[in-house]
Amino acid sequence: MYTKLTNGKVYDPVHGINGEYRDIYIRDGYITRKPSSNVKIDQTYDMQGKIIMAGAIDLHTHIGGGKVNIARMMLPEDHKADLVNKTELTRSGCGYAAPSTLTAGYRYAEMGYTACFEPAMLPANARQAHMEMADTPMVDKGAYAMIGSDDFFLRMLASKKDQAAISDYVGWIINATQALGIKVVNPGGISAFKFNQRQLDLDEQNQHYGISPREILVALMRAVTELGIPHPLHVHGCNLGVPGNVETTLETIRAAEGMRMHITHIQFHSYGTEGDKQFSSGAAEIAEAVNKNPNISIDVGQILFGQTVTASGDSMRQYAGHWHAHPKKWVVMDIECDAGCGVVPFKYRDKNFVNALQWAIGLELFLLVDDPWRIFLTTDHPNGAPFTSYPHLIRLLMDKSFRNDMLSTINKEAAAASTLSSIDREYSLYEIAIMTRAAPARSLGLKNRGHLGSGAVADITVYTDKKNKEKMFSKPDYVFKNGELIVRNGKIVKVVQGATHTLRPEFDMGIEKSLNLYFDKYQTMSLGNFKIDDDEIIEHGNGKIIVQPCM
Amino acid sequence: MNKQSKINSTISNDVPCPFCGILCDDLVIENKNNSLKVLENGCAKAISSFEIEPSEVSAKLKGKNVSLDEAISSACKILKKSHTPLIAGLGTDVSGMRSVMELADKSGAILDHMHGNGLIRNTLVLQDLGWMMTTMSEIKNRSELVIFAGTDACNYPRFYERVIWNENAMFKKKNDDREIVYIGDNLNSKSGINPNGKRPTVLNCKTEQIGEIISSLHALVSGAVLDVKEVAGIKIKTLQTLAEKMKSTKYGVIVWAPGELNVPHADLIIQNFCETVKYLTRFTRFAGFALGGNDGGMTANSVCAWQSGYPLRVNFNKGYPDYDAHRYSTQNVLKNKEVDSLLWINSFNSDINSPRASIPTIVMGKPETKLNFKPDVFIPVSTPGIDHSGQIIRTDSVVSLPLKKIRQSPYSSVHSVIKQVIERM
Repeated sequence: MYTKLTNGKVYDPVHGINGEYRDIYIRDGYITRKPSSNVKIDQTYDMQGKIIMAGAIDLHTHIGGGKVNIARMMLPEDHKADLVNKTELTRSGCGYAAPSTLTAGYRYAEMGYTACFEPAMLPANARQAHMEMADTPMVDKGAYAMIGSDDFFLRMLASKKDQAAISDYVGWIINATQALGIKVVNPGGISAFKFNQRQLDLDEQNQHYGISPREILVALMRAVTELGIPHPLHVHGCNLGVPGNVETTLETIRAAEGMRMHITHIQFHSYGTEGDKQFSSGAAEIAEAVNKNPNISIDVGQILFGQTVTASGDSMRQYAGHWHAHPKKWVVMDIECDAGCGVVPFKYRDKNFVNALQWAIGLELFLLVDDPWRIFLTTDHPNGAPFTSYPHLIRLLMDKSFRNDMLSTINKEAAAASTLSSIDREYSLYEIAIMTRAAPARSLGLKNRGHLGSGAVADITVYTDKKNKEKMFSKPDYVFKNGELIVRNGKIVKVVQGATHTLRPEFDMGIEKSLNLYFDKYQTMSLGNFKIDDDEIIEHGNGKIIVQPCM
Repeated sequence: MNKQSKINSTISNDVPCPFCGILCDDLVIENKNNSLKVLENGCAKAISSFEIEPSEVSAKLKGKNVSLDEAISSACKILKKSHTPLIAGLGTDVSGMRSVMELADKSGAILDHMHGNGLIRNTLVLQDLGWMMTTMSEIKNRSELVIFAGTDACNYPRFYERVIWNENAMFKKKNDDREIVYIGDNLNSKSGINPNGKRPTVLNCKTEQIGEIISSLHALVSGAVLDVKEVAGIKIKTLQTLAEKMKSTKYGVIVWAPGELNVPHADLIIQNFCETVKYLTRFTRFAGFALGGNDGGMTANSVCAWQSGYPLRVNFNKGYPDYDAHRYSTQNVLKNKEVDSLLWINSFNSDINSPRASIPTIVMGKPETKLNFKPDVFIPVSTPGIDHSGQIIRTDSVVSLPLKKIRQSPYSSVHSVIKQVIERM
């Protein structure tokens, strides 16, 4: 069965196609070459006046796992103004900042997204993260296992185990937790907080282990390289939110020593200490460093004004941030000698100097980093803003006059302190297609996603080109998932279940000997029960597992 | 073929036990001709739950045996006719709860768990000021001072063995130097005696007075001077000594069991625990830990939260989830006649049974369930972790365990029965 999308203007950066009129053929869920003229086309969609891109991919969005569920439970007021009725097709649920899994899946699809990745899956909580992701319909998903403050790893580093053993452990974690990548959050800092340390800079030591974040980063980057994990080490650095952390972030980039590193929600790590309020933008320096170091990729973690909730594995920094909670309630947890978490509701105010400057810093980063292949569009959902604000963010990037209008409404001192008004750059549709499709797919090693070439999975989004890009990107005309039409005019027409993407890196299973001993002595579950079987993900009937190749 | 049955025996290791909220997963269980025997690591509760032989019963309509098919059709009819069903009990695993959520959405039902009263005491605190919490492995490896407040943890038989007097702890040299304190009404403090015979500190008071004692400790650790000789019958000097210990410990934990704080406004007592923990964290490390989640309680609460956005108790009657922790209790909605049918689910035990209500009632229970009334529909269901595999969430709401199938069962799982009900609706 062939489906043809005809007369559409195609943006497919992987193939260098920048707004050209191309026909797209779909067969059995995949994009295929033009069939010979005697082959029957079963269905044709006339896409005249439409923009065609691959389905969008969010590589950093907190959609599943314990801390998200804490946020849901903690914030009934978040949901009350954003209740979602059931329909003939879809289940009921609610938003806003901490939406139910079903609503999150529907909303992503209705915005033209076809894959979303949970960036902070605690190994101890991985089973639940997968359950929640399985209950997130419409989109493909996957998760990065979060390590670096887990005691098994820190004991290895402290006892100077060789890199091969560390890589084996990392490989084992990926397999056991069904992960697609490795993330580190405040390296060693979550552990340090359990020993009552309240800060940890890149070269400070976790007092118990005598290990610095730099050593942790290097060991994990090497492991990711040795295992051939496509996505670089996903780094939530030290000192999140601390004025002056721009220096730490620049030093973190240097610490990569040319190895591949992805620095996430870098906006929260780009703060200087200049000016009367000792809070300033470090965006220019960060952008310069990113531009100069092709081994570095980033996502921004843009903040947008309004109420949201911050949910992070960084218990140390979330504890420090709890004084700013709005409303005044918060959760911090120590978790299983494995990790931690902190959930702090927050309201970003446009008339507040710090919040307004955070907004400007994020946009400066977007506009000063040259290569859209190395910068991804995120709000660190829900930490900077809910993912539903992406269309607004795209308009800010694509429309300078709109951006300057917004700039004129924020805190005046912050506006004056920012270089934003002097930046003329406007993102093109081609660049948007890179940063929301092609680049995240490439970064994650998803070879048949993020583009529209023959052999790609037919995850396709079709928009009407409008001057108001927020309107354009809020409501795609069509979304196809695996070749099936799932969204029409921004509304779901068919409910589907996405797949879970994982990796199976090779490693020496001999590592299980020491892991077994460790689990028996110190953990409160057995090693066998810690591991997540394929069946646990598949059995529920909520989709399949796709094993992506390692490099 | 030889008619004498061959003895067929298999032994399963590392079997997770779903019969209390701390989910031990090191049980060794033998299956001999489909009869189970716990060989190792079973507490009394686990042994009685695993070793009970399922009775042979049929599905029933008003006490009369019928086929499963007929029972499902009748259940379907009741739910279809019903304006607002109550789905309660909710003693099931993750997939059972997933199907419950779908059914509730479809039928416009109200949801509550059999331990809802305990669950919401914690939820109210989480939603009011939040908390700092810890999990079992952290207590096991890190805690120096453990204060049991209003619970002796005796309902969680292996809690002490596994995380208090554990042989190995990563950050402690000895396993007997943990300080144990009890605050509450004649708590059983025997388990708190350390391996060398050192007795725990016991502050005996009425359950209603625990909040008063904790608040006084909070005041003392913050440097306040209390101009009284005693609080709730406890000498101020005793409290001062304890306050000093709380301040000087490197990692302290307050343990409570919301379901055991059966006094009015127990959530405020829990909030006292949590606010004291938060204050102590200004200079040392302290955390709370809640014991509960029995009979799938944490599973029901968590699945409900991720699928609807809200923890229990939720009403789907308006087409969207409507959360009200107080109003939608089983007791209230039955008393106030807000519901016109009842579906009771308990696949873990036959001790906690459906209330007798004057509305059409469907019971999905263990085969050995004995009721003091004849429900319109009774459907025997299999037990997660014995008769079928599954997943279940631990009391700390962080760790979840895979449940194993270790016996053949003629009965269907809650998930499978409810799925059939949904399909026929």
